[in-house]
Amino acid sequence: MIPELGHFALVAGLLLAIALSVLPIAGSYTARPLWMEAGKPLAMGVFVFVLISFACLTIAFVQSDFTVNYVAKNSNSILPVYYKVTAVWGGHEGSILLWLLIQAGWAAAVAMFGRQLPPELSARVLSVMGMVLIGFFLFILLTSNPFDRTLPFPPMEGSDLNPLLQDPGMIFHPPLLYMGYVGFSVAFAFAIAALLGGQLDAVWARWARPWTVVAWAFLTLGIALGSWWAYYELGWGGWWFWDPVENASLMPWLVGTALMHSLAVTEKRGLFKSWTILLAIFAFSLSLLGTFLVRSGVITSVHAFATDPLRGSFILGFLALVVGFSLLLFALRAPSVSARSVFSFRSLETFLLGNNILLILIMAVVLTGTLYPLVADALNLGKISVGPPFFNLFFVPIMVVLCLLLGMGVHANWKDSRWDKLLNIWRLPFLAALVIALVWPLAFDHYHWGAVLGIFIGAWVFCASLADIVTKTRNAKSFFAGLKRQRASYYGMHLAHIGLAVAVLGVVLTTVYSVEDDLRMGAGDSHQVAGYDFKFDGVRLAQGPNYRAFEGVLHVSKNGEPVAELLPQKRNYFSGGNTMTEAAIDTGLFRDIYVALGEPLDRSNPSGDWAVRLQYKAFVVWIWLGALLMAIGGGIAVADKRYRKAKVARQVPIAGNVATA
Amino acid sequence: MHPVRKQRLILVLVLVTLSSVAVGFVTYAMRENMDYFYAPSAFAAGEVPFEKRIRAGGCVVPGSVQRAEDSLDVRFVITDGEAELAVVFDKILPDLFAEGEAAVISGRLMQDGTMRADQVLAKHDETYTPPEVAESMVSHESCADGAKI
Repeated sequence: MIPELGHFALVAGLLLAIALSVLPIAGSYTARPLWMEAGKPLAMGVFVFVLISFACLTIAFVQSDFTVNYVAKNSNSILPVYYKVTAVWGGHEGSILLWLLIQAGWAAAVAMFGRQLPPELSARVLSVMGMVLIGFFLFILLTSNPFDRTLPFPPMEGSDLNPLLQDPGMIFHPPLLYMGYVGFSVAFAFAIAALLGGQLDAVWARWARPWTVVAWAFLTLGIALGSWWAYYELGWGGWWFWDPVENASLMPWLVGTALMHSLAVTEKRGLFKSWTILLAIFAFSLSLLGTFLVRSGVITSVHAFATDPLRGSFILGFLALVVGFSLLLFALRAPSVSARSVFSFRSLETFLLGNNILLILIMAVVLTGTLYPLVADALNLGKISVGPPFFNLFFVPIMVVLCLLLGMGVHANWKDSRWDKLLNIWRLPFLAALVIALVWPLAFDHYHWGAVLGIFIGAWVFCASLADIVTKTRNAKSFFAGLKRQRASYYGMHLAHIGLAVAVLGVVLTTVYSVEDDLRMGAGDSHQVAGYDFKFDGVRLAQGPNYRAFEGVLHVSKNGEPVAELLPQKRNYFSGGNTMTEAAIDTGLFRDIYVALGEPLDRSNPSGDWAVRLQYKAFVVWIWLGALLMAIGGGIAVADKRYRKAKVARQVPIAGNVATA
Repeated sequence: MHPVRKQRLILVLVLVTLSSVAVGFVTYAMRENMDYFYAPSAFAAGEVPFEKRIRAGGCVVPGSVQRAEDSLDVRFVITDGEAELAVVFDKILPDLFAEGEAAVISGRLMQDGTMRADQVLAKHDETYTPPEVAESMVSHESCADGAKI
């Protein structure tokens, strides 16, 4: 009964979404305020129905209703209840339902918080979101219904959630990532609405900005969490693999980052308008492309599910429709590129332009490397994979230039700056970063010039941001009075930039100074890695709620002082399937000690020698800490008062046919 | 020339130059860093270059996994149902690596005809077979079918 209710709620939601995609936008062209106003309750209604449907699926999971095919495939009666709940999005159908829920949630949020928007814009934004919603409703109802029954012969027991996904990281990673992916649909809807209304001005940019920043912050967290999860759960200690699916999440992030900066120029200076619109379209299109890559099974990846080709074709068709329609609209409606104001090469505009070009360049490289194997395969050029060396070759130098520009750009003014003033401001952070870069590597066992360059880049971004805060507060009565005078968005920006600096430092130091040893260890063996002594005290049996495990016991010490006792596990889940590695990590601000059990080298004798991986990871937490700071920075920026100013003074004339502004 | 137009011209020129340099560079780097995938029968036919980064894949032949007594060195054989390829590896095998299951290997072909692996990838859930392996299997859809011969 409950699964049918969930299915019915989906159909009802689809009907409301159809109404949402037609009524408000029609009202905006025929000047019917009542129709336009209908957008808000309709958006809420769609959200409520999807929520009901989602709740039904959750109930089916908690009650272990194995008559539902999806539940039978992704759950098990002895699964702990919190994993039963997260198993809702542990497979394909449920994660699409989660996507739909978040999509509807964003639409409802626009309806709720967008009250100060002019009614035409609000109506069109909601209608565009309604159209996107229809696409996903159809996708789930036609190709991926999570409520399909296994009747008349339901299995007695479910086949269990993939053990890789039985992890706290799995609770948060997909929802956060989807919040980001889907969040870009709001910026997309704003862009389409602006194209329809022919209104691409600073006011529009101010409305679109906070939504974009929030989506970007969520995506940042989602990507970081995925990377962290891969680091400890996949048992390899790697944190980025240039896997196609990772790339699929990185591309919208890169374009989203470019979009945030370009929106700033559009809001403050009324420039880059068409470019901003284009970026908004691309950010969402790349989110859809990511979904296609993951869901179609065209790539070999951790995230690939065994899927049927219909799903891939559907998403590809939807993607083609979205991109084709929006680019057509863009070509017809984008205002002529006549820039009304001029800016010099020394201006903030130039630096932000550089930021955009570099980010898009990185995106293009990642896109090429990700899609080329697919294209080559389709053209029968052989089965190819593009390895990490390709991505690193481009990513690293472009990031270096980007960070150098960032540190210079934060000090530049709009329109024009004076060279002598800029050079004056740059000098101090430059020297500070240079000193830090030369001194820091001395703390490690060997001096590495690559590390010097990398640390310099990170330290430069950090010091330049601090220097700007100092410069901006210099003329105030006191330092704190000066701090108070700045807006929230100003601090958000600097915090995000400092987050980038922290992440860069983490990446550089981990890459250069980590040590990894795979070795064979028997009970009583010792081994030294990066100054830490690892003593292996054998393997014992351990028991969890739904698994049994071999648990290795390792005592880590440094110079005779005990540091940690680490208990890596090798788990066998009762539901069957393969063995799972559970790494043991002693996390610190400056280093992680990472131990993973391989396998018993003589399978018949688990108390004999084991393959063990011992790792020293320098500053690895900084990577995710940096991402966290970036996301918090985004949150602070959105809290800025000027985004919450009630009515905008300027009244926009009714009727949408003000096409060419 | 009008200063605005001049500025725009410079901008366009810079963009065109940058993007063409970028395209050339990317194409070149791509050629250098592409890892081609070969099935074991391609190795047998001598189509695979020596000492170059490549990938291979197939099903691990049951009973072929041999371990060294005192190190992590391991040796196993993969097959596509037609030819076999010996692989040597000296790191930890992934959890889902098993005899009779699919594996994808990155590494280099040595002069003695064995492949030295840098990385061994196994499938990630029980029902999933990497598409390269599924396609290269002679007349078989998955390793489970292949193992029955």
